[in-house]
Amino acid sequence: MIHRSMARRKMINRLVQALSAAAALAGLFVLAWVLIVVVQRGSAAISWDFFFHRVAPAGVEGGGIANALAGSAILVGLAILFGVPIGLLAGVYLAEFGKHSRLGAVVRFSTNVLMGIPSIIVGLFVYTLLVLPTGHFSAWAGAVALAILMLPVIARTTEDMLELVPNALRESAMALGAPRWKVTLGIVFRAAKTGLLTGMLLAVARISGETAPLLFTCMNSDYWPTSLNAPTANLTVTIFTRAMSPYADWQRLAWGAALIITLSVLALNISARLMLRGKSHV
Amino acid sequence: MSKSFLQEKPGVFRAEHALPPAQGELQPKISVRGLNFFYGRNQALSDNTMDIAQNRVTAIIGPSGCGKSTHLRAYNRIFELYRDQRAQGEILLDGENILAPETDVIELRRKVGMIFQKPTPFPLSIFENVAYGLRLHYRLASGELAGRVEAALRQAALWEEVKGQLDRPGAALSGGQQQRLCIARAIAVEPEVILMDEPTAAIDPIATSKIEDLIGALAEHYTIVIVTHNMQQAARVSDFTAFFYQGRIVEFGPTEQIFTKPALKQTEDYVTGRFG
Repeated sequence: MIHRSMARRKMINRLVQALSAAAALAGLFVLAWVLIVVVQRGSAAISWDFFFHRVAPAGVEGGGIANALAGSAILVGLAILFGVPIGLLAGVYLAEFGKHSRLGAVVRFSTNVLMGIPSIIVGLFVYTLLVLPTGHFSAWAGAVALAILMLPVIARTTEDMLELVPNALRESAMALGAPRWKVTLGIVFRAAKTGLLTGMLLAVARISGETAPLLFTCMNSDYWPTSLNAPTANLTVTIFTRAMSPYADWQRLAWGAALIITLSVLALNISARLMLRGKSHV
Repeated sequence: MSKSFLQEKPGVFRAEHALPPAQGELQPKISVRGLNFFYGRNQALSDNTMDIAQNRVTAIIGPSGCGKSTHLRAYNRIFELYRDQRAQGEILLDGENILAPETDVIELRRKVGMIFQKPTPFPLSIFENVAYGLRLHYRLASGELAGRVEAALRQAALWEEVKGQLDRPGAALSGGQQQRLCIARAIAVEPEVILMDEPTAAIDPIATSKIEDLIGALAEHYTIVIVTHNMQQAARVSDFTAFFYQGRIVEFGPTEQIFTKPALKQTEDYVTGRFG
């Protein structure tokens, strides 16, 4: 009897182990597959023109994604400009000033909710907020939508990273007579520097692949970005429209753009990892 | 100057063992009167009354959880960093009640420096660690700043070990050096009182003896209050010793008396290692 149940337990143990290992491998397998296909298909599109020419109109051979690259850089840059300071300050409030306050609890809960809101909803929200009243799509609207998506990610990572800073450090700065805000900016931020930067990189990685919020806000364009008040070319919507098109060279362009985004998100994630690892050595 | 227990005869207050015997012309730098302390609804200190003599080292001893650190942390109001912590009663620094709401805590903390159990170098260079407090409280030309940083490092007996590498991060120093860096940082702003909360608990014996020597030297210029777990340390470095138990001051007097002929059995049991 005892023998049988031992064998049974061992078998169940092995079974669960094997199943979880298989599940883990499945995740890895999907990632590898995506990467391989994107690299294979995408690399065919990569050329000089791809990086330095704007999108060619229908029926014209060649062309590149230079205008979309520039537009995406502008959108992400603006989103960082809006999202990082607000997210950072919100995180500071959560970790330093309003840690136990009622407002802090409300803000913490709503950042969690905001983090889970589908990005298309955020796009629609900004559409009614900025696009409808002005009557046109714009880079501003796109950047605001992306910033809203960044906000909760940055606020929460900031809070987490500041929490990791030992209280002894705050106490010793305050014991010298430093006011709380100076302790936060001069000492706590510096101690949490790598963590904060990592959070920002991950937030940028998160938004640089977003398509849905841009569809309703900055749309897309075949031209070079000239005004922040006009529809603006960007990588993700370019992928969306080109990939849906019936033309082989447009589809190739979409694969190329997909490769660029995938590689940059990968690079952002890897550098975030490396930064954290570097920190543990210091 | 407020009337002092150092000059008065004992027996005036209920907590009579809190009173140190008359010590001639010694001046009290700090006079604690009826200090109660609460963590939320839990009372951690009850009716603490004692005087801290100027330019002397006063040690606070007692078993873990007896309120030693809590008592010390009231002197610079650092406990206010946390919600739910509150102090009642009076702590007179040169006759002014520092617990009064109108006290300028920033100026209070310039006058009353603190050294913590674990060395806490800021994520800055050695130079900037010491300059941090100076920059907070004074506007100094760079030459004068450098001079005062050097003076503080010399006073903390660290200058010879770090001169020529002031740009290195403070965290790159050894534990004992880091603690002396923290002492330099605290004395750079020219405080009057230095609070030390188990300053050698996280440090090796050789570094500990350096810091103990330093405490003796610093007492010439500063009033020092040190919380320690180590009774030999209290005996070595202090002039007065207070024995705390369960948030009350059981006995307070000249260190020699506390360690050789304490008035109370409970104190004797503790200092001889029979309990605690």
